[in-house]
Amino acid sequence: MSRHYLPHTDEERAAMLETLGLNTIEDLFNDIPDQVRLDRELDLPAPLTEPELYSRMYALAAKNANLNEYAAFLGAGVYDHYVPSAVRHILARNEFYTAYTPYQPETSQGFLQAMFEYQDMICELTGMDVANASLYDGATAVAEAALVAVNATRSTEILVVDTVNPAYRAVLSTYVTPQGFPVKELPSVDGVLDIDAVAANVGPETACVIIQSPNFFGNLEDVAAVSAQLADHKALLIVVADPISLGLLKPPLEADIVVGDGQSLGNAPSYGGPLLGFLAAKQKLVRRLPGRIVGQTTDKEGNRGFVLTLQTREQHIRRDKATSNICSNQALNALAAAVYMSLMGPNGLRQVAELSLQKAHYAADKIAAVEGCSLAFDQPFFKEFVIRTNQPIADINKELLQHKIIGGLDLERYYPELKNHMLLCVTERRTRGEIDTLVSVLEGMS
Amino acid sequence: MRREKALIFELGSPGREGFSLPASDVPEREPADLIPSTFLRERAPDLPQVSEGEAVRHYVELSRRNFGVDSGFYPLGSCTMKYNPKINEDVAALPGFAQLHPYQPEELSQGMLQMLYELDQYLAELTGMDRVTVQPAAGAQGELTGLMLIRAYHEHRGDKRRTVICPDSAHGTNPASAAMSGYKVLEIPSTKQGLVDVKALEEALDEDVAALMLTNPNTLGLFEVDIPKIAELVHKVGGLLYYDGANLNAIMGHARPGDMGFDVVHLNLHKTLSTPHGGGGPGSGAVGVKKDLVPFLPVPVVEKVQDKYSLNYDLPHSIGKVQGFYGNVGVALKAYTYMLQMGAAGLKQASSDAVLNANYVRHLLKNDYWLPHDYGPCKHEFVLSAKNLKDKYGVRTLDIAKRLIDHGVHPPTVYFPLIVDEALMIEPTETESKQTLDEFIEVMKAIAKEAATNPEVVLEAPHTSVVGRLDEVKAARQLVLRRQK
Amino acid sequence: MSKIPEELRYLDTHEWVRVEGDKAYVGITDYAQDQLGDVVFVELPEEGEEFEQKDSIAVVESVKAAADIYAPISGTVLAVNEALEDNPELVNEDPYGEGWMFTLSIDNEEELEEMLTAEGYKKVLEEEA
Repeated sequence: MSRHYLPHTDEERAAMLETLGLNTIEDLFNDIPDQVRLDRELDLPAPLTEPELYSRMYALAAKNANLNEYAAFLGAGVYDHYVPSAVRHILARNEFYTAYTPYQPETSQGFLQAMFEYQDMICELTGMDVANASLYDGATAVAEAALVAVNATRSTEILVVDTVNPAYRAVLSTYVTPQGFPVKELPSVDGVLDIDAVAANVGPETACVIIQSPNFFGNLEDVAAVSAQLADHKALLIVVADPISLGLLKPPLEADIVVGDGQSLGNAPSYGGPLLGFLAAKQKLVRRLPGRIVGQTTDKEGNRGFVLTLQTREQHIRRDKATSNICSNQALNALAAAVYMSLMGPNGLRQVAELSLQKAHYAADKIAAVEGCSLAFDQPFFKEFVIRTNQPIADINKELLQHKIIGGLDLERYYPELKNHMLLCVTERRTRGEIDTLVSVLEGMS
Repeated sequence: MRREKALIFELGSPGREGFSLPASDVPEREPADLIPSTFLRERAPDLPQVSEGEAVRHYVELSRRNFGVDSGFYPLGSCTMKYNPKINEDVAALPGFAQLHPYQPEELSQGMLQMLYELDQYLAELTGMDRVTVQPAAGAQGELTGLMLIRAYHEHRGDKRRTVICPDSAHGTNPASAAMSGYKVLEIPSTKQGLVDVKALEEALDEDVAALMLTNPNTLGLFEVDIPKIAELVHKVGGLLYYDGANLNAIMGHARPGDMGFDVVHLNLHKTLSTPHGGGGPGSGAVGVKKDLVPFLPVPVVEKVQDKYSLNYDLPHSIGKVQGFYGNVGVALKAYTYMLQMGAAGLKQASSDAVLNANYVRHLLKNDYWLPHDYGPCKHEFVLSAKNLKDKYGVRTLDIAKRLIDHGVHPPTVYFPLIVDEALMIEPTETESKQTLDEFIEVMKAIAKEAATNPEVVLEAPHTSVVGRLDEVKAARQLVLRRQK
Repeated sequence: MSKIPEELRYLDTHEWVRVEGDKAYVGITDYAQDQLGDVVFVELPEEGEEFEQKDSIAVVESVKAAADIYAPISGTVLAVNEALEDNPELVNEDPYGEGWMFTLSIDNEEELEEMLTAEGYKKVLEEEA
């Protein structure tokens, strides 16, 4: 057994027990009824020393293909954007990562200020008035936003366009179904939302309309048109956004709530978690938001300082009437996002977005010229796009692996009508050489 | 000591850059040639413009204005602020774990899937359950998931139940999670001894009760000794028993929720299994269930057939997904490495020492503070009250908490559980040495003495922090949630 | 000792009512504001909304607590105290005056009669202590 995390020697344990007037540690567990005491040792693997552990985990890691060795054209909610070294160095500061929620502000000013700055940056990106200090991921952020809308409008129907990430729609459904709030999926036409379907479905019982832009297929949606359809309704407009795209694209100012995943802002893909849910909204919704919010104040001498505020929304005070049950969030991932945005600034973020846009369009143009391949939709897109091929996606991806390329997402599982369709993602990390290899494999197979 | 820190927006200058990006290696085209210009941003976001060095100094200075477990003693009750092993961080950062896309082929993710599969088994053994999912991202989401599983279980049997019972000492997340999963919350009182009032429970139980949520040991740090009887009563009316695992650090290897009759448990891997709290997250709220609830688990679950691991989405009765992908697997990895290092005997010793430490501190402080529940041993934590000091000297728990900051100690959890007036909830954890505990005891005694002899110094604390006591009323009345431009 | 004006009627949940003509002013008692501490926000009903007696009608918040306000009588909200939006501290400073929260129509005189007198409310406080 590993002793280096447990400081007591047996002599010290004996001395402490003596102080307590006890003989053995077992005396401290005598209140547990015998019938529920474990009368055997736990059946777990024999303990490893640190060097043994490292070797074992290194070997386990080697069984996985990683994105430094393979060029991946996978996106669909988790993105391979470059993370500057400085981000990892800041995140390794133990004062940050070994702290807990800043319940005691005077001794947590560092994290609180970083979160205040993060909130500001998210507002800058999204064009919203207020942001919280993170949620779990983009999927739960969508679900939490829908619950805000239900509360704010006192209506229960949730409309969501089928171009919103299927994983997000799945989580939304899991979250709201037990509370009896109906979710209705609106159809799309040629890879973008059908504005007539929005108009036909929104009514007095509608709490919100949820759209994504760039949507799951990478296509840009007409946010203003949807907003115009909602003008005469109390329903809120919730927009799922890609934060990297907002370095270049117009923020969805017409939205009431903007949510999304901030993983691409300085966080590793980590096999899909931990990610970073962000949520920003118009000022009028501030008291209905879920999660932690940091506010500025002063001490008695007038020094600026930061505290968790609006806590009466939260579960530890409002209990069953709280705006959400969330307690632990993704603070460290939000810190990574703040450091990333600080390093990139407006110019860096714009360049990442532009590089992704250009390379994605370069790839799309080349693939569209391959016989048997075509673009599935005729829409403006950002860094992801859908191709239609004349053969199974699984076969293509298998061939690509031979070239150390992880191909795009087979869409058939999520959209049965999109058989032989692949969602490709091109970030600034993909090189022209990798794209050309992808294209030549497709050519070779057609 | 007092020193304001500039916001990052107040540093740098226009045009300064902290990044390094390659030029485009594809033919350069203007964005407006690729997408309609109506989609393009007219005004750049007002983000910081700093060099890498400036950014690093800014965040390093912020880190110096923050307190973590590595900075000093952090006896924050209910949060299990134990030492976070460094090897865990190194392992999770390996590209073979961190640089994985969730949709990459399963055959190229066998190491990760093996880890998830084995962790499921280890956690099931630790808790006495049949299967465990690590998809929930935090304890509260574990509760929500667990209650959805309970709802699905009842509904599958055609049984519509509407009520979830929580004791009045429960974490706030319990009633909040119950409400979010569509249940009405019924609160039952605790006895004078700080335990579930079995009689009140019996009266509250009927066939409308879907579940009883219980933390054991409870939030007072006391083991619910009537648990066999409680389980029997809840099961008799067809209800299920939910275990809030926030306090599992007290009983590893000594007792298991599954053997106590619990049907669903959540664990906080960031508490019990040593993963860092990250300033408030990411955590991981793994959920374990008994056999009858397995069909309802969130998808996907990891399966092993022969020597191949795969993600199984084919659970027709599943509640669905609670996270976009598979949960905070980067956190789960650290729990896995911790369990591999500790082994069965190590985990049991950890709980033994956690309980020993709590009892030691409790015993040596109970004459200086009020100990409202002084019956038998506590488990991994205990709740003191400063009511004696408030009544005599006007010094409240909040003042004591702030004074501890001056002594380089993170304050305990304060004003929780709600059933104790002026509560100070202290959880030392097993990774603290006797010397640290003795120093803490001396500091706490000194503060109690100060409250009598020099109350002003306690009431005005903290004195040594970078800011003085902050005005939370002002923060809530005049909301400033971003820069005022 | 907290103030309990003789002329008002009370609920044991610490709301007061003052009748002026055909409308009832409603607020929280001196004791309640003292227990809550510094009030930072009051969530008020909307004018024209109708409530039954004992319905939750408003919420008063301090930094670390939130308390539901119950409709002491059935009626329609006639007016709300908009001054509380910018100055919630009025609830602390003048709970029976400037700190009033809203006015209700009086739909059922009997409900007023059933409320506690100052004497009755004083007994409630003595029991709580």
